[in-house]
Amino acid sequence: MTDMAWIHGALTAARPQAVGALLRYFRDMDRAEEAFQDACLRALKNWPQNGPPRDPTAWLILVGRNAALDGVRKQARNTALPPDDEISDLDDVETPLAERLDGSQYRDDVLRLLFICCHPDLPATQQIALALRIVSGLTVPQIARAFLVSEAAMEQRITRAKQRVAKADVPFETPGAVERSERVAAVAAMIYLLFNEGYSHGNDSARAPLCDEAIRLARLLLRLFQTEPEIMGLTALMLLQQARLPARFDVHGEAVLLDDQDRALWDPKLISEGLALMDKAIRHNRPGPYQVQAAIAATHARAATAAETDWAGIDGLYLALERMQPSPVITLNRAVAVAKLHGPQAGLDMIAPLEDKLSGYFHYFGARGAFLLQLGRNKEARTAFDRAIALAGSAAEAAHIRQHLDRLMKEAEKV
Amino acid sequence: MLYTLLCYNKEDVVWSWSKEEDEAVMNRLNVVHERLVKEGKLGPALRLLPTTAATTLRGGNLVIDGPFAETKEQLLGFYVIEVDNLEAALDVARELSAANPTSVYEIRPIALYVPEGRQNAPTEMVKFY
Repeated sequence: MTDMAWIHGALTAARPQAVGALLRYFRDMDRAEEAFQDACLRALKNWPQNGPPRDPTAWLILVGRNAALDGVRKQARNTALPPDDEISDLDDVETPLAERLDGSQYRDDVLRLLFICCHPDLPATQQIALALRIVSGLTVPQIARAFLVSEAAMEQRITRAKQRVAKADVPFETPGAVERSERVAAVAAMIYLLFNEGYSHGNDSARAPLCDEAIRLARLLLRLFQTEPEIMGLTALMLLQQARLPARFDVHGEAVLLDDQDRALWDPKLISEGLALMDKAIRHNRPGPYQVQAAIAATHARAATAAETDWAGIDGLYLALERMQPSPVITLNRAVAVAKLHGPQAGLDMIAPLEDKLSGYFHYFGARGAFLLQLGRNKEARTAFDRAIALAGSAAEAAHIRQHLDRLMKEAEKV
Repeated sequence: MLYTLLCYNKEDVVWSWSKEEDEAVMNRLNVVHERLVKEGKLGPALRLLPTTAATTLRGGNLVIDGPFAETKEQLLGFYVIEVDNLEAALDVARELSAANPTSVYEIRPIALYVPEGRQNAPTEMVKFY
């Protein structure tokens, strides 16, 4: 008797590899997905009785392929399908198949599947939706709920994305080294997008699982590309950020700033995995944006209290990041570290030139308001906070700024 | 006789468990752990981080990202060490490798360490003969 939870886990874990391989056989996404569904149904019937196969992924690929071919044959000759018992014990056929599915082919199958989802023709929201449907196997209602749209709208979005990808003609030949590394970078960006979609709405139970899914995909990518420091960095970055989740919102669902978080609530298992991956990445001496961002997250994770934070280290890391990918948002983040080191005026001076570029950015006015508040320039702080609220992207963001405003109101009454 | 029990499973499945699923398994295991502690049978126990966090040292100087993946060699023993970081762990592995050059060392961080649970546990090396 095999635990049903284990079987569901095994089916989910096998999905990217199995669908990737079936896609290589059929070169058609819908057929590959159908064949995998078929194989899963047979697994659910077969495994609880006969025990799981030694290599569930190879079993699913073989059974999925056979089921699809049987379907074709059945239509052609109208012959009966073989009873499931005949394919229950795959021990003999499984071994050579597993051997044929050697590491590199597996790797390119999964990478191709992931890469199809982040085709440059697709807007970001479609990329993530497609990856969640095809690679993660989330249902359309689940994805619709995470994106706060109707099921019909999500169904349409995914169908449209699939059509666009089908027309885009992703090559099935084994990619060359340059193409492979481009694919890896595109997939990494998609995974981080997916993570942020969940992270920025961390107190929303419908969206929070997106972070877990992104981490799962990153671990998968890392198993395929074990020597890529940027994939180590990306995985570490997400693990270290996710570790803070239990402390990021109070009982009312309102955001708690990093400085005020109860660090005892941070998940030590996720932190140690993130730090271990950072250690591995650093050995390669090939820094990149994900590694630097992970190093910033690691600096926070290593500080037992907010007061012990190595702000000079964080300032240096943001400076490095600014050089790698200049962006006003990074400068804004750096200004927070600079203000910790040299006072709120230094922070305010640093962000002043960014106002034009960040005039629609919630966090710009949030930071400006906070600096002004620290300087006792309450009236200007209130103007900044008002603009931040108008630009807030979530209820938690708005509520957080409102706390500052309430405090200002109370102080104004006292005077 | 001392025994070590090595736990094997599909790590992509186990590390995909939700917090609730993980806790449910850990709670069931803890019932067994506690009984074994009472019976004076449980020594140190530990849970490893996934193989993606592993590094492997071959031949004393070749450092490979990832776990030990060969099936021709067998697991013959292990050490638990406490050092600052991977570099320091690799230094220890290099020393061991110098003393025992044909062995391969996988360096795997530990996610959870449950210290010695036996009272009066031997503090000196146990003789088996």
